[in-house]
Amino acid sequence: MLRKYGRELALVILLVVLSVIVEWKNPNFLGTANLLNLSRLIGLYGIFSMGVALVIITSGIDLSVGSVFALLGVLLSIGLVDKHWPVPIAVGFVLVVALALGLLHSMLINRLKLQPFIVTLCGLLIYRGLAQYIAKDETKGFGDSHGFEGLKNFATGQLLGMPTPFFIMLVVAAILWVVLHRSVYGRHLFAVGRNEEASRFSGIDTKRVIGIAYIACAFLAGISAILLAFYTNSVQPSSHGSSYELYGIAAAVLGGCSLRGGEGSVIGILLGTILLQVLQNLVNLLGIPSSLNFAVVGIVILVGVIVDRILSSSRPARA
Amino acid sequence: MLEARQLVKQYPGVLALDHVDFSVNPGEVVGLIGENGAGKSSLIKILAGLSAADEGEVFIDGNLVLLHGVADSVRAGIAVIHQELSNLTNIDVAGNIFLGREPRKFGLIDQTALRRRAAEILSPLGVKFSPDTLVSQLSIAEQQLVEIAKALSLDSRFLIMDEPTSSLTLSETETLMRIVQDLRRRGVGVVYVSHRLDEVIELADRVIAMRDGKNAGSLSANEITTEAMIRLMVGRDVTNHYVVREQSDADRLVLTELRTARFPEHAINLNVRRGEILGVAGLVGAGRTELVRAIFGVDKAVSGTVSLDGLEVQLGSPKAAIDNGILLAPEDRRTQGLITSMPVRENVSLPSLDLSSRFGLVNLTEENRAAKAMKDALNIKTPSIESWVSGLSGGNQQKVVLGKWLNMNPKVLILDEPTRGIDVGARSEIYMLMRKLANDGVSIIMVSSDMEEILALSDRVAVMREGRLAAVLPREAASQEEIMRFAVMNA
Repeated sequence: MLRKYGRELALVILLVVLSVIVEWKNPNFLGTANLLNLSRLIGLYGIFSMGVALVIITSGIDLSVGSVFALLGVLLSIGLVDKHWPVPIAVGFVLVVALALGLLHSMLINRLKLQPFIVTLCGLLIYRGLAQYIAKDETKGFGDSHGFEGLKNFATGQLLGMPTPFFIMLVVAAILWVVLHRSVYGRHLFAVGRNEEASRFSGIDTKRVIGIAYIACAFLAGISAILLAFYTNSVQPSSHGSSYELYGIAAAVLGGCSLRGGEGSVIGILLGTILLQVLQNLVNLLGIPSSLNFAVVGIVILVGVIVDRILSSSRPARA
Repeated sequence: MLEARQLVKQYPGVLALDHVDFSVNPGEVVGLIGENGAGKSSLIKILAGLSAADEGEVFIDGNLVLLHGVADSVRAGIAVIHQELSNLTNIDVAGNIFLGREPRKFGLIDQTALRRRAAEILSPLGVKFSPDTLVSQLSIAEQQLVEIAKALSLDSRFLIMDEPTSSLTLSETETLMRIVQDLRRRGVGVVYVSHRLDEVIELADRVIAMRDGKNAGSLSANEITTEAMIRLMVGRDVTNHYVVREQSDADRLVLTELRTARFPEHAINLNVRRGEILGVAGLVGAGRTELVRAIFGVDKAVSGTVSLDGLEVQLGSPKAAIDNGILLAPEDRRTQGLITSMPVRENVSLPSLDLSSRFGLVNLTEENRAAKAMKDALNIKTPSIESWVSGLSGGNQQKVVLGKWLNMNPKVLILDEPTRGIDVGARSEIYMLMRKLANDGVSIIMVSSDMEEILALSDRVAVMREGRLAAVLPREAASQEEIMRFAVMNA
């Protein structure tokens, strides 16, 4: 039990300790307003982090997520505000574009055997550039436009007492838990991540398994993109979503996904996401200069990885 | 003299070495034998400086030596040629021999001196390749010679060879044995670890046997016989491994004009009968693995058809082959046959998960049941079905590979080098299993470089040479000489 869930347990303890310290220094931490905002951010980041983690489990990577946010944000704004598309059409369009991007990634990686790092790095550049071009490098927003109040209220409001993004994250996590830890696809995903060749020799359609992961990642990024666009309420194409992919990767790694593939758990990924957001929150609440934000996050991830390395090398290898 | 006294090595749950004594003299070849898991590897690792003994000491010429790392072993004059070769394949032969000790000039590698010194070491070994050949272009046998050359360049006094012939062909094996005899003349003490007992008989001046982590006895030159060695290794007399039987005439798998991507100029026509064990012999590189990979669909055949029980089947992916009941236990167990960092249970169920699943979910009860049943049926020695496959011995790993397929009702089972690096006990279990499957009507294609195995098990022997099917010999006509004749001759 301890061995199997050791990492999750360590993350929970770390979270509790951090929370106690922050609450002690600044009692606003556990205030309703802060918790609502914190959980909203956790939801926004958690949804796409799970997608990024799926890809990491295949031993791949998706660097394009942040730029996908910018491109889809711009498209959503144009659809709703400039073209006055009905909400289902606009949302459907954005999600279809997301799926198409995922499909494109998976075809380039599977058919042309390009490295995922390169494919999605090019995606990062291309989608950002496209977003800027389509928006004519102007900030696109939702402002006071009408016709999509329902969607806006849904995205920025609450469901069952939780911020909508947090609720959606829980739903996605529940589905993903079943997929990863109980389904045949999940087993195949871990197998492919550990040893693609042996998986192929066992009759697994490894390309399909990998392709689905990239498509799912892009789809979850699509959902996040809609929620994020309404959260920020305006989309600055040159910076919207910038470096979010790194938060997704960081959450997955903190949560136990190895970049070598074949490892990871849904609970771990969620805890990784929560820890990252609590850290950012802590920087604000403790009055640490916000310019140190990135440095704090980077140091915590580094320390986490070092501790993990030390613990796992002192543990005897599994027989 | 290199001597180890009372070595003890404890791994979690296993006492790998239990007060083991070992010695080898300069100019002596010691055969180190034992089933897998007997402790040979643990002993070699300690002498190589790869792991530390919990108790016991190592002496050279009576002086205590401390082996805390590979560098210590090298300094003490001990060189180890591991079963898995450790050459860097992307640099040339000379660079490998002097890796980390390259002759320098003005801080840069002195390429001329490097090549000259490499040539000096290589020429007595009678090699046919030049020092600036890339190692990736060499055969396994030649790569092994590079490692031997490296050991010689270090002035090693003791050379430990772990299963050196497991992937060599007959003629390459003979070359290697000549080199070992030459090393002995030059005063090198050689430890020769092999499951191939005939080689041990030919080479060894003394045999040290291990069993269950303990010394199981030793044999001096005049006592070394196959029976005596097997008795020491298994602690009992093992008689006839093999059973011969009547075979059926009905064709199961028929290959028509099959051409592999590697040898598109040679079309292969071959039939495999129901309940037959078809041995596929030939030198390494003769196209045997390419043929079975094409049948299994790992590599696409360039052209040709495959029919099963009279019906043409579309192959081209392992999944298609598996769906048709054509299954492959591949050449390289650890990278192709198994996912070693997964439990026995998940490995056994991997290809058959879909069959027992409902709504895409894994049927855990059925998975557990099937894995336990397979563990018992195949006598897989593992602490539990939840243990990682990486911790199992080679024989037990191979049983896990077979377990994967036996779950699935095989029609044609292809085994590529089924017993490479597997000890005598597990080997005979696998032979018996193959024979039992054949009796149940499964057609078995067995690719093997082990002549003894080919002759003992095959109902017919297909011999391949340079990508072509050189002959298919019925059992009565298949002799070692006849097979070799077709494997090497340009007929």
